[in-house]
Amino acid sequence: MRVKRQKVDMAEGDMTPMIDMTFQLIAFFMVLINFAQTEANDHVVLPNSKLVKPPEAPLVFPIVLHVAADGRVYLGGDDYTAETLRIGLDRELAVIRGEGKKPADANVVIRGHKDCAAGEIQEVVRVCQDSQLVNFALRVKEDRS
Amino acid sequence: MKIRNPQSGEKNELNMTSMIDIVFLLLIFFVMTFKIVEMEGDFSVKMPLAGSSNSTVDPTELPLKLRLRSDDTGTLVGMELNDIQMGNGPEAFDKLRGTIIGQIGSSAPVAEEAGEGPEVEIDTDYNLRYEYVIRAITAVSGYKDGDQVVKLIEKIKFAKPRR
Repeated sequence: MRVKRQKVDMAEGDMTPMIDMTFQLIAFFMVLINFAQTEANDHVVLPNSKLVKPPEAPLVFPIVLHVAADGRVYLGGDDYTAETLRIGLDRELAVIRGEGKKPADANVVIRGHKDCAAGEIQEVVRVCQDSQLVNFALRVKEDRS
Repeated sequence: MKIRNPQSGEKNELNMTSMIDIVFLLLIFFVMTFKIVEMEGDFSVKMPLAGSSNSTVDPTELPLKLRLRSDDTGTLVGMELNDIQMGNGPEAFDKLRGTIIGQIGSSAPVAEEAGEGPEVEIDTDYNLRYEYVIRAITAVSGYKDGDQVVKLIEKIKFAKPRR
């Protein structure tokens, strides 16, 4: 007996809602992604304060120093102690002087870990002052509570 | 004459597979790199090396000296503003703010330009946790009145580290 072959349609689910949702998720993450978090350092958890607001304009010639809980100071890709920090600062200051500016034009951003010893921060400030740096920004997390 | 169209019933469907692949790759990329941004701000302080400052100190102004004492673990055990005891609990920072308002004479916003006005010197024990110093700086710098920030003291300096 000859069996009549039936043409079978492929069962396809409707992909439209899934694609809609996926695009919405992509749009959400694209809007919220922040590539400018280069200043953050995993070794540092900032203390918080209710008074600070995010700066409206970026700082001029920022030198970002991350002070970890154990007192190590991270500048650029290298880590220093308060005693050896001068080497890293000299490198930064050479760049600033190369642009025809003075150390007093630079801004030292101190991102100190909330549990690090205050003395370590004082030592860092002292080393910076020895390098003729005068403008300091003590970075803290904004407390919105 | 009737024209026979053999393709009339067929739907033209695009192959979505490659697009969905790329879309999912993008989605995974964004999910993996996503980090909730914490807003950060600065306490801007100008601290030249002692003796190199050109500014003249007003002799009529009472120097404000804030002494922070800690135990071996870095916990705050005492706070004094010009020998006035502030205590060490959470209320100590409110008391400090109140005393500062009393010392500088007014609770109104500081009208002078940045860099002017009274100065506070923070003298802290070496071991004290930095968090307490920031809380003290917050207390002397101002307070929030609704959404507005009322500034008190903008000039802050650190004393020599105590080893």
